[in-house]
Amino acid sequence: MLEVKGLHHRYGKAEILKNIDLGVEQGEVFVTIGPTGSGKTTLLRLVGLLERPTSGHIYFDGHQVNNSEGQRLEIRRRMAIVSQKPAVFNASVFDNVAYGLKVRKEKGANLRHKVMNALETVGLAGYDRRNAQTLSGGETQRVALARALAIEPELLLLDEPTANLDPVSTAHIEKLVTDVIKKSNLTVMMATHDMFQGQRLADRMGVLVAGQMLQTGKPGEIFSSPRGREIAEFVGMENIIAGIITSNEEGIVDIKIDGNAVEAISNFGVGEAVYAGIRPEEITLAPTKDTSSARNNFPGEITRIVLFGPLARVEMNCGFPFVALITKRSAEEMNLQTGDRIYASFKATGVHVIKG
Amino acid sequence: MHAIVDAFVLAVKMIFTGDPEVYGITARTLEISISSTIIGALLFVPLGCLIYFNHFRGKRTLISIIQTCYSLPTVFVGLLVFLVFSRAGPLGVFGIMFTPQVMVIGQVVLISAIVTGLTISALSGVSPAIRETAISLGASRFQSVWTVLKEARFAVLTAVMVGFGRAISEVGLALMVGGNIRGYTRVLTTAISLETGKGEVALSLALGFILVALALIVTVLANRFLRVKEVDVARSQGSAS
Repeated sequence: MLEVKGLHHRYGKAEILKNIDLGVEQGEVFVTIGPTGSGKTTLLRLVGLLERPTSGHIYFDGHQVNNSEGQRLEIRRRMAIVSQKPAVFNASVFDNVAYGLKVRKEKGANLRHKVMNALETVGLAGYDRRNAQTLSGGETQRVALARALAIEPELLLLDEPTANLDPVSTAHIEKLVTDVIKKSNLTVMMATHDMFQGQRLADRMGVLVAGQMLQTGKPGEIFSSPRGREIAEFVGMENIIAGIITSNEEGIVDIKIDGNAVEAISNFGVGEAVYAGIRPEEITLAPTKDTSSARNNFPGEITRIVLFGPLARVEMNCGFPFVALITKRSAEEMNLQTGDRIYASFKATGVHVIKG
Repeated sequence: MHAIVDAFVLAVKMIFTGDPEVYGITARTLEISISSTIIGALLFVPLGCLIYFNHFRGKRTLISIIQTCYSLPTVFVGLLVFLVFSRAGPLGVFGIMFTPQVMVIGQVVLISAIVTGLTISALSGVSPAIRETAISLGASRFQSVWTVLKEARFAVLTAVMVGFGRAISEVGLALMVGGNIRGYTRVLTTAISLETGKGEVALSLALGFILVALALIVTVLANRFLRVKEVDVARSQGSAS
């Protein structure tokens, strides 16, 4: 459905996108995740043909997009974009949703049916005569979604559609998007800085950092096996510690970290510099040395405990800084306090070894 | 104070007794000013769009020149139109000097900068996201420009109404190229000028009241015309809530 080859874009001297290659299959939901300012919006704007790339090519449905305004308009009419802060016209909700249909010369009962259908899909039936500029942020976002869905696009581009919404509206929009995707077999390309949202919605993901697509793959792959330190950091792997492989016996490696040895599963060779990434939620804490099957056990001192919701984030010094995420109830039952000595343990399979 | 009250009473009398001369002057004033405003709007609103939506070298300078021309003296425009349309002028062959037609042309020239410049300002007041949204929803270039123009409709109407105000209230140009010919090119402003010269201050003031009333009526009607749809939407909001 969509292919991007060697896409490069700059604003003045600032390089925004660097050599982006990616493909999105028909019916697939491809989510680009990345920190703010990484180029996600620019990528969507280029794919949505709102801007022309400095270099590189975009293929839509097998056809290369060229510079002809006629061809660009024709392709643009096969897609729709919902932006982070959608602008609504100073007109009724009906007229806003009907806009895309009117510019495509749709009229009469057919137009009305499509508009009403789209409004019902997004839960705004009965809002058709309201002035769109008087709606709340969540309602405006739903109008924007209805406006995009009404034109029945082949490709739907969503640029951080929930970035400015409260959690309830975010959940509502996410459910809408999921329902629409399921019903209509739409191809969707979405950008978000919320990695968990990306994980919830994506069939495949791409991690865009500083204008470079560092990794693409299934959400599980990206979250469990990030290819680099930047990706690991972005996907929430808080414990990333530099070390050197000191042994490798049939894929079980020892990584020397500040005089300690961490056991992990990896194919890296002896002497290679690596990062050991351990997710905070994969670490268990115990007041005494663990005698379970976990291959890694480190004594440390608690430096800080932060409670948030049902969880407790425990920061430790194990010779290197280390963070564990446990339930608040566990922390209370163990009566964890700052300054306590504690053992942190994790399995060798819980260590993600990343090239250093 | 007495003179103003007398003039106001005289103006009301002239309107309600159906003084044919006053009616004739008023009708001619409206005819000339509305014609020039409509022609000006048809020419200079699109010109404002053309300048606003295109990027070219010297755009800022051009806009500055247009803004400077807002205060172009009417007698200067009158002189230019006179030189162009007088018998010896390049367009003297048309023989329209001292006719309502040349007055309309003069007024169109007079309001050109105001309508163009204020249209550019009106369009600048619309968020660029509106045009981008229109384009992302499949609008062609023309459709997206039309959408932005619709969003700026009140400000564009203001531009046109300011143009109308300038056209209906000018006197120098009407005198120079119209000649203030009774029953033919005499308009309210030239009549006021003439009557004041003759010492008929009450009559001049009465004509002045009529002029102001006309400008007010036209402005109110234009605003009402544009607001109909807004009120409709507001009513439906009321019924929805």
